[in-house]
Amino acid sequence: MNIDSIKNGIVIDHITAGKGMELYRLLKLDRLECSVAIIQNATSHKMGKKDIIKIDSEIEVNMDILGYVDPDVTVSIIKDGVTVEKKQLFLPPQLTNVIRCKNPRCISSTEQELPHIFTLTDPKKRVYRCLYCETKAN
Amino acid sequence: MKRSVISILDLSVEELDQLIATANDIIANPQKYSEKCHGKTLATLFFEPSTRTRLSFEAAMFELGGNVLGFSEAASSSAAKGESVADTAKTVSCYSNIIAMRHPKEGAPLVASMNASVPVINAGDGGHNHPTQTLADLLTIQREKGRLDHLTVGLCGDLKFGRTVHSLVEAMSRYEGVKFVFISPEELKVPSYVKQGLKDKGIAYEQTTDLEAVMPELDILYMTRVQRERFFNEEDYLRLKDSYILTPDKLIPAKKDLAILHPLPRVNEIAVAIDDDPRACYFRQVLNGKYMRMALILKLLEVK
Repeated sequence: MNIDSIKNGIVIDHITAGKGMELYRLLKLDRLECSVAIIQNATSHKMGKKDIIKIDSEIEVNMDILGYVDPDVTVSIIKDGVTVEKKQLFLPPQLTNVIRCKNPRCISSTEQELPHIFTLTDPKKRVYRCLYCETKAN
Repeated sequence: MKRSVISILDLSVEELDQLIATANDIIANPQKYSEKCHGKTLATLFFEPSTRTRLSFEAAMFELGGNVLGFSEAASSSAAKGESVADTAKTVSCYSNIIAMRHPKEGAPLVASMNASVPVINAGDGGHNHPTQTLADLLTIQREKGRLDHLTVGLCGDLKFGRTVHSLVEAMSRYEGVKFVFISPEELKVPSYVKQGLKDKGIAYEQTTDLEAVMPELDILYMTRVQRERFFNEEDYLRLKDSYILTPDKLIPAKKDLAILHPLPRVNEIAVAIDDDPRACYFRQVLNGKYMRMALILKLLEVK
């Protein structure tokens, strides 16, 4: 299957197979007016199968979301058809309004205006906890 | 800089020792402290009823010569009109020098501290944190045993939802040579993250359902109430509420200098017959709570 290469934009490669749509939703790519391609289950020498997202526009991608959902992806910035930058990903120390606290006893469950903030409490095990009630993110 | 206390871990071991020293000095020289907070106001914002904790905070501020204002249930506050915790904190900061907040939702005092311009003390947020209860526990243990290290601490009852238990374990695990014995029914066992925290620090603990079997080894026995409000299911509450009832005969194999603590209120988990036993410390613990709240108010208001 062929997808045209993009001239100016972003390629998110080496996405764990099956996580492409989740990233598409969390990055709110459905709101873009430019072309966006999601390739699912592409063949990968390293991973067996992988997903790829190509965005035909120079937008700012939320690296915190990428780092949280799939820290092993590669992000390439394309200009005039050439890769000009490869961005390094890391687990973000804090996530704001990316995931929601599911604890019904948490203050964030009743105060609608409160941002849902999670902090990285165990980088080795990639554990995030709600800032307010310390409930572990699923 | 404004400083709030939301969790017991907001205070270092040195600060805990300093608060205990201040509280002991207040006990020895109450007169010296009677005007320390003259002209200062404590706001007690209690979004759920808690007579004991609220009166303790109020008594603490009065004995420091300060003033108190506040409310004792959400229905009599602007929360009933839908005001956010953040807005309440900003508003009350205009009328007070320090806030003590109790709220049924976990994390509410943290939200208040992020928005208030004055220090906020967490006076209990649901099943989450209750640092001033832990301060009362620590002063009681220190005064009864003369130390906070090298003790075997038994915790009995609801170890799953009991926030005072989790806070006390966190606080005591910072002292050398402390061993924990968790005594509870299977359904109310201490959460795995608490045990993992102890494992990570290399701290010894034991888990059992049999209170009498471990009684002889305990230096401290911390009894807790099975709290109806923490259960979604009434049947589970009724089945588990009478799991452990401490009676005089169960104390026969206990050490002569055992200290029995309870965060109170009790229902029936400690027989009234034990109240006259010198090892029963729970009413002295209530008084110690007031002294530690006095010490904490002085610290956060930076009163010398």
